[in-house]
Amino acid sequence: MSEEKRKANLQVEKTPIPEQKAADRVQNFTEVALGYTLEDMINEADRCLECKKPTCIAGCPVEVDIPGFIGALRQGDYRGAIRILKGTNSLPAICGRVCPQETQCEEVCIVGKKRQSVGIGRLERWAADWELQNGVEVPELAPNNGIKVAVVGSGPAGLTCAGDLAKLGYDVTIFEAFHDTGGVLRYGIPEFRLPKAIVDREVNYVKSLGVKLELNVVVGKTYSLECLFKQEGFSAIFLGTGAGLPNFMNVPGENYNGVYSANEFLTRVNLMKGYLFPEYDTPVWVGNKVAVVGAGNVAMDGARVAKRLGAKEVYIVYRRSRTEMPARIEEIHHAEEEGIILKLLTAPTEVLGDDKGWVKGMTCIEMDLGEPDSSGRRRPVPKAGSEYFLDVDTVIVAIGQTPNPLVPQSTPGLKTGKWGNIEVDPETMMTSVPGVFAGGDAVTGAATVIEAMGAGKKAARGIQAYIAEKRMKK
Amino acid sequence: MFKIVKKKRVSPDSTLYVVEAPLVARSCEPGQFIILRIDEKGERIPLTIADFDRQKGTITIIVQEVGVSTIRLNELNEGDCIRDFVGPLGKHMEVGKVGRVCTLGGGLGIAPAYPKVRALKEAGNYMVTILGARSSDRLILREEMARYSDEVYYTTDDGSEGLHGFVSQKLEQLLKEGQKYDLVVAIGPALMMRATIKVTKEFNIPTLVSLDSIMVDGTGMCGSCRVTVAGKTQFACVDGPIFDGFAVDFDEMMKRQCRYNKEEKSALDHYCQAKEGAK
Repeated sequence: MSEEKRKANLQVEKTPIPEQKAADRVQNFTEVALGYTLEDMINEADRCLECKKPTCIAGCPVEVDIPGFIGALRQGDYRGAIRILKGTNSLPAICGRVCPQETQCEEVCIVGKKRQSVGIGRLERWAADWELQNGVEVPELAPNNGIKVAVVGSGPAGLTCAGDLAKLGYDVTIFEAFHDTGGVLRYGIPEFRLPKAIVDREVNYVKSLGVKLELNVVVGKTYSLECLFKQEGFSAIFLGTGAGLPNFMNVPGENYNGVYSANEFLTRVNLMKGYLFPEYDTPVWVGNKVAVVGAGNVAMDGARVAKRLGAKEVYIVYRRSRTEMPARIEEIHHAEEEGIILKLLTAPTEVLGDDKGWVKGMTCIEMDLGEPDSSGRRRPVPKAGSEYFLDVDTVIVAIGQTPNPLVPQSTPGLKTGKWGNIEVDPETMMTSVPGVFAGGDAVTGAATVIEAMGAGKKAARGIQAYIAEKRMKK
Repeated sequence: MFKIVKKKRVSPDSTLYVVEAPLVARSCEPGQFIILRIDEKGERIPLTIADFDRQKGTITIIVQEVGVSTIRLNELNEGDCIRDFVGPLGKHMEVGKVGRVCTLGGGLGIAPAYPKVRALKEAGNYMVTILGARSSDRLILREEMARYSDEVYYTTDDGSEGLHGFVSQKLEQLLKEGQKYDLVVAIGPALMMRATIKVTKEFNIPTLVSLDSIMVDGTGMCGSCRVTVAGKTQFACVDGPIFDGFAVDFDEMMKRQCRYNKEEKSALDHYCQAKEGAK
């Protein structure tokens, strides 16, 4: 180090990130958080102690060298910072925006013990955005070894696995069922939280590593896994097929018009650009009063999209209390700022419809929290006689997804668990079918972008080892 | 990009397209469907496969011009490309020898009925085919159907050919005359399928229907196409599109089919205005 380290900034609070005002942003779909300025970035980076024994790295599912990249930022070595980030995380512009840092790196940050933790995610975003503006560097690639690997799904797990394998010299093809890339990054997360231009650029980066992309291919239908191995000559396959099967509530009236799965509602808006109808052909209908059932990030996204599409009143209906809400605190905060009303300790019991089959309301029951259940959270218990009518005309069901069954259904011998999740060896990520690996939501059920990336990374290592071993035997 | 290698008008309001899609042609089976998207701004339209040629690597679809998307599709010509074309989707029909099969194709249901008739005939069944449409000039695929049918009957709403009435009425007539069928396959508008079920229930003949629910992804991800079958919610895209007709809740299905009527109309107005403006 050429200069003496600058003294740490002892500011108690995390440097706030500039945002669009709530009143403005509910009128548009552009990004809510605007990102740090250079001054904000320096101020926040200086809050990092660059600990000798950092705890933040272990808090990151892909073990980014956090003090390393922040140190580089502090020295003004932005290219160095991005190189450190991309050493382990190929999608920093995305992670800097959608990772739940508060339960990962930032939760265990040493600064966070006495003051607010360092805004690691915000700094990561700044570094990634700097790179996008100043030119993306293509890392050195191992020479092409001609060994073909198929990656199914172009979401975070698939992109990461494909990128890592391409760097190692493999001939990688990603098969995507949709007409566009990104998986949940494209169809699930709204523009105002993750601009699609960012997804495009991260996908282009993976392509620049030599990865081929084939859209409109539904593996399990267009190709079977057997066909990919035997006819198409792939040596290994990675399944990153995501959690694409929406759960419904199983209450009466769920098929009335105006009841959406969050997947349908968000796909119509995000992937199909329904918010630009009729300029774009796909319509999306939203009424005046909307109930979003569930309290995860997807529920917050659904509620905030409904608001932007012109709904006057939007409720989050959740059977437990605020403490148990699975969404990021930041997302709940943003939703409340935008006027979303939380109906906590409330569960729907029936959706009511008119004679034409349209939603005209929902009956709900109030809940108390009882003893903790198997998940460790206090179990909601219905309060007798507390049913009431909630006046809504649209219901969005956001109570989770299970893995997409198309590949397991068409692949003999591929073992799945109780919820349809693909079973893997946790060390190698190999499934019960030799040469077939899996990771991300297809294995865990709906989880986070970064966890899917971690799984994709691990699987790339597993595939490398599997192929090496097979070659040895030959 | 998927090239249109042949385009032909087959009735006053529908058009046949043969599209180059070798991967789909290689693996598709009767009963399955594809989803296409015309261009960047297009919606995803599910269409049942009307025919396929594995050697040439082509898929045939027959599309009725009913809204903006199908009108926009019709603006493409031979040699033009469709931006996205994905499939085969859905479960295919289990084809075996069951004996005497009566297939009813109503309107646009004639096209998706064709590969099923062909496959059932090739499996050794005695095939009776009833085709119905609003008028004689809308009775499509006659030659093809005749080639794979032992008997063919026509019905028209306006009486311009065959029985003046509906396909379900023709079926009822044949059954009352003492004809026996081991299986009925009914494909067409929901009203037509519901009317057919009423008849086949009375005569207790197993009946398959194929549903054209509103879809977005077509891979089980969105649940837009959900339909109640035997009291349980099923997704037409992955559990169907073929279902046991006796078990389908047609009333619910018909209501769900109306979800976007208003938007479809406003899109059409918007499209027409834009066209006017361009003139």
